[in-house]
Amino acid sequence: MKEIRWHGRGGNGGFTSARLLGYAAALHCGKYAQAFPSFGPERRGAPVLGFTRIDSTPITDHSQVYACDCVIVLDETLLDVTDILEGLKEDGAVFINSAKPAAEFRKRPGFDKVRQLVTIDATAIALQELGANIVNTIMMGAAVGGTDLVTLESLEAAIDGSMSKALREKNKKVTRMAYEMVKGGKTK
Amino acid sequence: MGTKAFLSANEAAAHGVRLARPQVIAAYPITPQTTLVEKLADFIADGQSDARYMMVESEHSAMAASLGASMMGARVFTASSSQGLLYMCEMLSYVSGARHPIVMADANRSTATPWNIYGDHRDAMAMRDSGFVQIYVESGQEALDTMIQAYKLAEDPTVMLPVMVNLDGFTLTHTYDLVEIPDQEDVDRFLPPFVTSNKLDLADPKVLCGTIGPALHTEGRIQQCQAFETAKKKIAEIDAEYAKLFGRSYHGMYEEYRCEGAEQVLVVTGSAAGTARVVVDELREQGRKAGMIKLRSFRPFPKEFFASIAGRYKALGVTDKSISFGYDGTIYSDVTSSLYSGGQCGTKTANFICGLGGRDVSKDHILEMFDILRNLSDGKCEDEVQFIGKRW
Repeated sequence: MKEIRWHGRGGNGGFTSARLLGYAAALHCGKYAQAFPSFGPERRGAPVLGFTRIDSTPITDHSQVYACDCVIVLDETLLDVTDILEGLKEDGAVFINSAKPAAEFRKRPGFDKVRQLVTIDATAIALQELGANIVNTIMMGAAVGGTDLVTLESLEAAIDGSMSKALREKNKKVTRMAYEMVKGGKTK
Repeated sequence: MGTKAFLSANEAAAHGVRLARPQVIAAYPITPQTTLVEKLADFIADGQSDARYMMVESEHSAMAASLGASMMGARVFTASSSQGLLYMCEMLSYVSGARHPIVMADANRSTATPWNIYGDHRDAMAMRDSGFVQIYVESGQEALDTMIQAYKLAEDPTVMLPVMVNLDGFTLTHTYDLVEIPDQEDVDRFLPPFVTSNKLDLADPKVLCGTIGPALHTEGRIQQCQAFETAKKKIAEIDAEYAKLFGRSYHGMYEEYRCEGAEQVLVVTGSAAGTARVVVDELREQGRKAGMIKLRSFRPFPKEFFASIAGRYKALGVTDKSISFGYDGTIYSDVTSSLYSGGQCGTKTANFICGLGGRDVSKDHILEMFDILRNLSDGKCEDEVQFIGKRW
């Protein structure tokens, strides 16, 4: 089973992406998936978590995620208030929305041991392509580009199946952009 | 063959309700039930359900309106949680005593104070004697399927009892999972329209929700008890019929999971049963003789089953997401009194209080419970009632 943790701030769309990834896996990759937010009231701007579980067999586990294979950070300022590496497995991957190169983050305590650490300037892509700082689908594309948790096509199908018409095309575009940037090694 | 979807258990439950074709839905929103009734309102707005949605000013009114609609012979749905359910409480006994087969969902949540919006079973356990059937589900799929089964059970002419379907707040209600939504025509074949003579009818006037004094009151209560006894058989029959049509079974009132040859068995209710399956599988792989009993129906309680397993296992643990202050966990006391109903037990027992106010029931916690049960099997002493996962 693969367990993915999303770090965002309330209103970032982190849980929407956690759900899209689960949707893609369960409905378009022949897998089983589960997605849930950090439980409780949603506070705009406060640190919040989202979780996705993906497996080849039905998932009955209803406990929280304690160890994860992949961590996705939508807002790099969260690194100052949260230990985003908590529970990350030895062979785990970390994707951070940042204009800084990954090497910058490697200097932080514990980050030198992260097997796969990718940064992508999702905010720049969002401002250019979406006209707003909404990075959730961009980070989803980046993480899938780096891990192959699901296929790009399944993410596009998930967007088509659950987003309103007005949002679909541009979100599919930025998902693909981020996916291809990471696949092609074009991130810093 | 149905449609696959990625849904929260609240959404899945709403689909189950939609497919049961209720004519009236009266509800007042409360976390974590809100998204369930919002989804139903969406269905009505989108033309996918022709139910009349009644916006009411409180949970008490929600059940009062549900009762009124049921008294007109309508199929009715309502839902609540926590303080809302407590506020609704007065109307629950009106509904059950007058034998109106209303189906409701309880998105299980703790009760104040301390104020807490997270899941445990304190709200539903407080309604133990309300006269509602209480079924607890483990997953979104089971929530959907159980809603449909619940109407079949409630409206069975030999049952005529209201049913409360319990789904763990957040752990289920806000967790998305792969769910198969049955086709409407298949559900229509399983669940025909509600027909009752227990309604207001000018051509056949009768008293509903009336007064019954000492002369006949006991006999009325005996009839309610008999209906619960009948429900015990019907829950299993309805589940078996559902399995034939839809390919999914929940084994009636309880499920024995890997109990063959087991020495330590844990009784689990609700979503934690799913987590316990994972732990039992791991323990079995290590050669430990672990098993699980999932308790699906709390009222009626499968007393005869628990009586029949007295002495079968070395140790039997019971999880409770609530506690009856001044006594034990509520489910535990029912399990142990059933085990002893033959006069002796022969199995060591322990009660594990867990998951209060939303605290996670982790795999490590369940493992700890099995370790305690192993200690009991080995003749070691353990406290009978233990809080699991406490901070100090």
